[in-house]
Amino acid sequence: MLDLLTQHLLPNIGKILLIVAILMLAVAYLTLAERKVIGYIQMRIGPNRVGPRGLLQPIADGLKLLLKEIILPTRSNLYLFVLAPVLAIGPALAAWAVIPFDAGMVLADINAGLLYVLAITSMGVYGIVIAGWASNSRYAFLGAMRSAAQVVSYEIAMGFALVGVLIAAGSLNLSEIVMAQQGGIFYWYWLPLLPLFVVYFVSGVAETNRAPFDIAEGESEIVAGFHVEYSGMAFAIFFLAEYADMILISILAATLFMGGWLSPFEGIPVLEPMFAWVPGLVWLLLKTSMFLFIYLWIRATFPRYRYDQVMRLGWKVFIPVTLVWLVIISTMQVFDIGPWFNNIVEVTSP
Amino acid sequence: MEKILFYFFAGILLFAATMVITVRNPVRAALFLVLAFFTSAAIWLMLEAEFLAISLVLVYVGAVLVLFLFVVMMLDIDTSALKEGFTRYLPLGLLVAVLIVLELIAVLGAANFGLDQVPVPEGSDESNTKTLGRLLYTVYVYPFEIASVILTVAIVAAITLTLRPNKRKTQDPAEQVKVRSKDRVRLVKMASEKRQDGKGKP
Repeated sequence: MLDLLTQHLLPNIGKILLIVAILMLAVAYLTLAERKVIGYIQMRIGPNRVGPRGLLQPIADGLKLLLKEIILPTRSNLYLFVLAPVLAIGPALAAWAVIPFDAGMVLADINAGLLYVLAITSMGVYGIVIAGWASNSRYAFLGAMRSAAQVVSYEIAMGFALVGVLIAAGSLNLSEIVMAQQGGIFYWYWLPLLPLFVVYFVSGVAETNRAPFDIAEGESEIVAGFHVEYSGMAFAIFFLAEYADMILISILAATLFMGGWLSPFEGIPVLEPMFAWVPGLVWLLLKTSMFLFIYLWIRATFPRYRYDQVMRLGWKVFIPVTLVWLVIISTMQVFDIGPWFNNIVEVTSP
Repeated sequence: MEKILFYFFAGILLFAATMVITVRNPVRAALFLVLAFFTSAAIWLMLEAEFLAISLVLVYVGAVLVLFLFVVMMLDIDTSALKEGFTRYLPLGLLVAVLIVLELIAVLGAANFGLDQVPVPEGSDESNTKTLGRLLYTVYVYPFEIASVILTVAIVAAITLTLRPNKRKTQDPAEQVKVRSKDRVRLVKMASEKRQDGKGKP
């Protein structure tokens, strides 16, 4: 029993704490990055008062939210009202267990990693739906309904995009998917799976309820949607969950379509040895940051979608596109077309 | 250790399942159903059926029950009306319950289904997903295809039942894109009005 404790439990708890601590820090500075990036896009400076160049702004925001009172609406469903933020943040953190940060640097190297991520992230919608219902407020309820319909619709397109990755790599294990993309920047799956890559990322933006798909919040229509009744730390937890989900979608896009921890200079004569000393983690984080920047860029650029247009895009555009591309890559895989899918499909009857 | 975990999950599962049918509020019942599915996924995971466990969470918890909750939240159910027929249907209900319990004991009793008869399968080297996929597309390919066809037919039937083409108020995006400003706005040139007192410029 003691062996189990020291051999497995304690190191794993240490790793979990490390991942969560770094993630929380990343979330805090993502909020600052968002305000700064959008500020410069709109020809403003953004926050620059707290600390040098505004670097302590997220700390100040966090402290403010911690010290604020949590208001519990009188006719709300109290248990569910308190449970909702927990249900929102739980899946957002749990999904990080299977993300490979470098070769062998992964908390739980499970075989069905991709499926696990999809299943866990699909749980996140409960936080929003329960928050909207328990608040006993019309605006919150409308936000929850919109969010439920939207997330379930886009999950299908997202799932199909991931099936494409699965067919190409021949594995559900995230580390093996990265290893299958070896060979340089043109071997990464963004090229052969380009339509799926676009569908995945746009669906990811929709799944996290970010602009231009933020109809669950829709300030101009339903005040703030599902979290209109939340204040203080309870509100901050919804915020944390949303940003943790954003980073998760970005790191998954980097892992599945942009070669994960692999160096972009692989196979290029002079540059490859020049950058060989850079650890894989740095490449992964750079790719993730690129996707996060695109998230912010999209938010600063596009106006919000109208609700029926969101549904139309999900059901009538994305799902057919992914279905067609699945047939194409299956054909490419079976007949061994192109340099990408050189893993052999074994067809043997048991 | 495994036994402790099993009884832990089984306890939660039984509790959640009981709450689903006893709790008054339909939304809470649906949420307890979520808990029940989640715990049964945990039990499947202990049997090393990782693919089944995760797809249970993905399909039922992640999609089906969200839609279920969606519908249940919209309903305005009068809970007192639901309780009315309770005593009248009790004898029949009890009879059905006893029958089901007897049937379950006959099939799933410890004599046929205990740990001695059906031992926990050894963990194989091959991944669960691969084996399942291979079986589905070779040995069980016809049942699999037939099931998918039936599901497709069900979807088409459900859509045709609810579709009322004449009453729909949808917008055609192609029409919307084609609209030009001159279709909607007409600029009219008018002579400017004179001042009423007749002085100065208009």
